[in-house]
Amino acid sequence: MFWGNRKTLKMNYFPDEVLEHVFDFISSHKDRNSVSLVCKSWYKIERYSRQRVFIGNCYSISPERLIARFPGLKSLTLKGMPHFADFNLVPHDWGGFVYPWIKALAKSRIGLEELRLKRMVVSDESLELLSKSFLNFKSLVLVSCEGFTTDGLAAIAANCRFLRELDLQENEVDDHRGHWLSSFPESCTSLVSLNFACLKGEINLGAIERLVARSPNLKSLRLNRAVPFDTLQKLLMQAPQLVDLGTGNFVHDPSSEAYNKLKSAIQRCKSIRSLSGFLEVAPHCMSAIYPICANLTFLNLSYAPGLHGNDLTKLIQHCRKLQRLWILDCIGDKGLGVVASTCKELQELRVFPSDLIGAGNAAVTEEGLVHISAGCPKLNSLLYFCQQMTNAALITVAKNCPNFIRFRLCILDPQKPDPVTNQALDEGFGAIVQSCKGLKRLSLSGLLTDQVFLYIGMYAEQLEMLSIAFAGDSDKGMLYVLNGCKKLRKLEIRDCPFGNEALLEDVGKYETMRSLWMSSCEVTLGGCKTLAEKMPSLSVEIINEIEQMEFSLDDMQKVEKMYLYRTLVGHRKDAPEFVWIL
Amino acid sequence: MSPENGKHLPENYATGLNFEATELTLGLPGKPRVTISDGGAKSGTKRGFLETVDLNLGDKDCGQSQIDVQEAAKSPVSKAQVVGWPPVRGFRKNAMKSCKYVKVAVDGAPYLRKVDLQMYSSYQLLLSSLEDMFSCFIMRNYLNEKKIVDQVNGLEYVPTYEDKDGDWMMVGDVPWQMFVESCKRLRLMKSSEAIGLAPNTPPKCSSTT
Repeated sequence: MFWGNRKTLKMNYFPDEVLEHVFDFISSHKDRNSVSLVCKSWYKIERYSRQRVFIGNCYSISPERLIARFPGLKSLTLKGMPHFADFNLVPHDWGGFVYPWIKALAKSRIGLEELRLKRMVVSDESLELLSKSFLNFKSLVLVSCEGFTTDGLAAIAANCRFLRELDLQENEVDDHRGHWLSSFPESCTSLVSLNFACLKGEINLGAIERLVARSPNLKSLRLNRAVPFDTLQKLLMQAPQLVDLGTGNFVHDPSSEAYNKLKSAIQRCKSIRSLSGFLEVAPHCMSAIYPICANLTFLNLSYAPGLHGNDLTKLIQHCRKLQRLWILDCIGDKGLGVVASTCKELQELRVFPSDLIGAGNAAVTEEGLVHISAGCPKLNSLLYFCQQMTNAALITVAKNCPNFIRFRLCILDPQKPDPVTNQALDEGFGAIVQSCKGLKRLSLSGLLTDQVFLYIGMYAEQLEMLSIAFAGDSDKGMLYVLNGCKKLRKLEIRDCPFGNEALLEDVGKYETMRSLWMSSCEVTLGGCKTLAEKMPSLSVEIINEIEQMEFSLDDMQKVEKMYLYRTLVGHRKDAPEFVWIL
Repeated sequence: MSPENGKHLPENYATGLNFEATELTLGLPGKPRVTISDGGAKSGTKRGFLETVDLNLGDKDCGQSQIDVQEAAKSPVSKAQVVGWPPVRGFRKNAMKSCKYVKVAVDGAPYLRKVDLQMYSSYQLLLSSLEDMFSCFIMRNYLNEKKIVDQVNGLEYVPTYEDKDGDWMMVGDVPWQMFVESCKRLRLMKSSEAIGLAPNTPPKCSSTT
């Protein structure tokens, strides 16, 4: 009898179509990538059947290679600039242009249907080309992008006949106040999701009313601040089926007819589960939404500084089913106590700072976080900007909430110690990483020594992304992390005393990671050169904003900003003058 | 977001610069830190964050808040701004900047509130909101008289504001947008004290809006 190798027998037994069908059930990018590595036959089947591809760094691969490998591509996600670009640490024009991708895809036979971009430069030209090249294009999601105007949006609206989703999140858009909304033809009735909250200019109110009226499948609508209260009411009357609503201007006179009309319109919207916007709001306006609070699972009030602690707590007391809450720190520690006692289903909390000029008015401390941890055991994702933190509080939080996947703490005063003990916060963060075995993302702040990195290296086994600022004492700190965190993909460091010794100890590590960012640290030009020499599969970029003349080519010179990433396609050709690729 | 917190230095400041607070002493990495509890300059650390202050004051496009070092020295509470700190997306920072907060005081009330004038599109809405905030008052005939009456003691209050030039004016005498731009703070004054203010102060500029 022919037994052969049992594994081989099993794999070759199934015809391709069956394997393809099985692979259909595997949707996670990681799993599909693993599948493709099993054997040549699986690689082949997987690549022909793959429809969704995620590229975390647009410079790690070329569009040509993408197209060659995945001819069936329908949905592409691309990320451009490194994360610290969000905080103005990456100069304008660094890169991340989407045009070459769209151009290459347009030339190919790829039937692109969905494009999701984050931190990329998107020109109107790209949008126009996109809109004209793919007959079945359905979904455009742009997050933190820049470089386009409302003219580009008009092209998308006019040409994408089957557009379902246009989702613009926190982009810098040059608003020409044109009639881009009017560019949606009368025949366009397919919209499911429309989000233009980030646009700053006026829009044609008649156009949005007519568009919503002819979009029976519309489930998600997020307006910008130019949409007044009474238009909102009209829109809600047309779209009681909405699941996700972002209001525009939410200021009105409570004794007015408009207010009563809105109240009854909202009450008809029994499906709303997600609420955001309130870009302009006054406290007395919020009672209009009380009727829908009971079913809300996501509430975003982080752009509403006009709401004070009491207004917020009054509202939140109606929201018992909340799973995700984004809010400003004006809610205060007491307000967070109300959240803790009301929102037992809470999984994600983001508390943003309302005072961005550092006038010392931050309104939450470790107290608020401890309340939350005690009241919300399901909490797994946190972003918390606060005035201070103590080790004791972090230890309590770690005990109460062992399920953190994302833990980002930002103490507004850099290097601030525990105010009670005057110690560094090593023990507190150590408790977090020890207790939260599934932790994937961590951002540190406050006074921290090398010790915290020892803990992270020892315990944070699932950690994929780590953000460090103003922390550590020596190269040992960085080495603990590089040696200990086996699953680390992204490491970003600013203003820490880590230098060449740490950078060069294990150069092979960087091939297992997506990228490393180091700015205002101790690494020198010589160290970066050595790294680049040893690792041709990495692109080592020196970003140097100082005038060329002042920047000496001396190897001992400290490097202001270094960004390195693994790549299969060598050095990029579109780097600007101030970027030097070693 | 208090406007008082930084742009205007006291007149005698130029001669009385407090250099000590801005003194930076650098230590080698690996040496133990000596921290100063008031959080101004730190000595001994490789990078006290004052080092990273971007002194590029003239650049509006940066998207990040900037402040000069002298200001930090003057007021230990207001921190010098570090480039890219706090780590908040530029978009969010810009969105929050566009608030125009003014303090509202009411004669006889023990507390102040703040309102964002940009949230309102007319005097009616503003006064209506003020009514909510100081809820012991009711509005009476606000369209014409712009007076507020306290239910409890029957006193009439007149909304007034301090403009850019420091003059106290009656609310409602200039077009709304002009008011938003020039108003620095609001005060609900007792009618008896408002006699000194001309009730029909002519608009400050000749434009009609």
